[in-house]
Amino acid sequence: MKKLSLSAKFYLAFVFIVLYAPIFYLVFYSFNSGGTMNKFDSFTLEHYAAVFEDKRLLVILINTVVVALLSALISTILGVFGAIGIVSLRNMRMRNILLSLNNVLIVSPDVIIGASFLILFTMIGIKLGFFSVLIAHIAFSVPIVVLMVLPKLLEMNTSLIDAAQDLGASKRDILTRVILPYIQPGIFAGFFLALTYSLDDFAVTFFVTGNGFSTLSVEIYSMARAGVSLTVNAISGLVFVVTILVVVGYYFVVNRNKGKVDKSA
Amino acid sequence: MNKANKTALIPYSLWILLFVIAPIALVGYYSLLDLEGNFSLINYQTFFSSIYLKMTLSSFWYAFLVTLFTLVVSYPTAYLLTKMRHKQLWLLLIIIPSWINLLLKTYAFIGTFGLSGPINAVIKLFGLPEQQILFTDISFVFVAVYIFIPFMILPIFNSLDKLNPTLIDAARDLGASPITTFRRVILPLTMDGVKSGIQVVFIPALSLFMITRLIAGNRVITLGTAIEQQFLVTQNWGMGSTIAVFLIIFMVIIMLITGQKSKGGRVR
Repeated sequence: MKKLSLSAKFYLAFVFIVLYAPIFYLVFYSFNSGGTMNKFDSFTLEHYAAVFEDKRLLVILINTVVVALLSALISTILGVFGAIGIVSLRNMRMRNILLSLNNVLIVSPDVIIGASFLILFTMIGIKLGFFSVLIAHIAFSVPIVVLMVLPKLLEMNTSLIDAAQDLGASKRDILTRVILPYIQPGIFAGFFLALTYSLDDFAVTFFVTGNGFSTLSVEIYSMARAGVSLTVNAISGLVFVVTILVVVGYYFVVNRNKGKVDKSA
Repeated sequence: MNKANKTALIPYSLWILLFVIAPIALVGYYSLLDLEGNFSLINYQTFFSSIYLKMTLSSFWYAFLVTLFTLVVSYPTAYLLTKMRHKQLWLLLIIIPSWINLLLKTYAFIGTFGLSGPINAVIKLFGLPEQQILFTDISFVFVAVYIFIPFMILPIFNSLDKLNPTLIDAARDLGASPITTFRRVILPLTMDGVKSGIQVVFIPALSLFMITRLIAGNRVITLGTAIEQQFLVTQNWGMGSTIAVFLIIFMVIIMLITGQKSKGGRVR
């Protein structure tokens, strides 16, 4: 392979700097004892302490994590069933219709999802708050799980199932002992993506949340509208660290799984 | 697979019915209601008035600019990334910022672009008067491009990565200049990646509302901002739904233009 030219390296470095600078800028000023994001006075951890002393903020953090975990879990279950169901369809037309419907929520802009869910919840009479947010997050996470699981199901050799059947496995056994272990990497990826979808969502939550309930994104939005507050910087410092840990953790788990498959193959 | 697996479809079909079909139908239904809840076409009439048409046009213009700049920055980046030694690791490093909460990234620019922020500090270094960068349309486009870059790089990187390098060698051996090679070989073969990149950037760019509020003040009004305004501020769900209907139509058109032929599971 050819070596990159100097200008190419400069260009890449520039893109990386632009991508990371705002994030590091935020985190850097979270240690500023002055109240602004302009002049660094001296090092302090008071803004981090403020985050952990603020009961309301902690409740919001817990809300966010609970909604993310629950919605990822439930949407993973729904999505896995959906993917298995889609694959079981012999009729290609039906299969494609279901797949197109599946993708609607993935390509729909958040604003449309939020607005239409708001109408839906008001019509059915679901009170806006924890449950409306949870249901909305489950709803928009299901399709991504389906998309992650489907390729695994399609590449699975059907003779594995036939073999299990011939050997006397019940339907339940086939599902839990053959299908689920095989598609496990897809399920894992789906769960992880559902988790990040939920954690990252702002627009949909903004539409379907009531007065009493808030997630981190919505809270940051109202704080940011009020102006600069270094508490937000401290939150971003924490979010950054957690994100890096999760990404690195995910990377290692996936690679370890890959290694396993390679070895067994 | 067998019939028992069909029961797996029941909860999933319910989900589709309740959260895919019903919401779209409801948006269509509400778009036909006026403020008193009577059936009328008044919202559509309003939409075709000059104010809304202008807003739609400007929304498209900004989405176009955002997509164009994102593409211009992302394509070379993706191309250079495929030439790196640990390219998957570098790609991961490009993707990580997209996993940081969107609101936080936007918030960062409130500080960066502020009157006494670092950008203005640089401007003053050159002896120029400080500029109001925040609350302009330039800042809006910049922040939107910043946010979309990883989403554009990913599909382009994947299609470049799949490209067979011998094709490029062949083009070179046959005497094609680097520019011709790019125009006639590389670009056409990676068009799918570019198309999906455009798709994942253009549609959200039409409907951004959080960045317009935080970064552009009210200088930029996108279709998304208008929908949010109608639903949550003016409480005119009928008008909001009408704009949503048009946004859905635009979305379908964009998907048809940028869609790829081979979708769906393989036949078994």
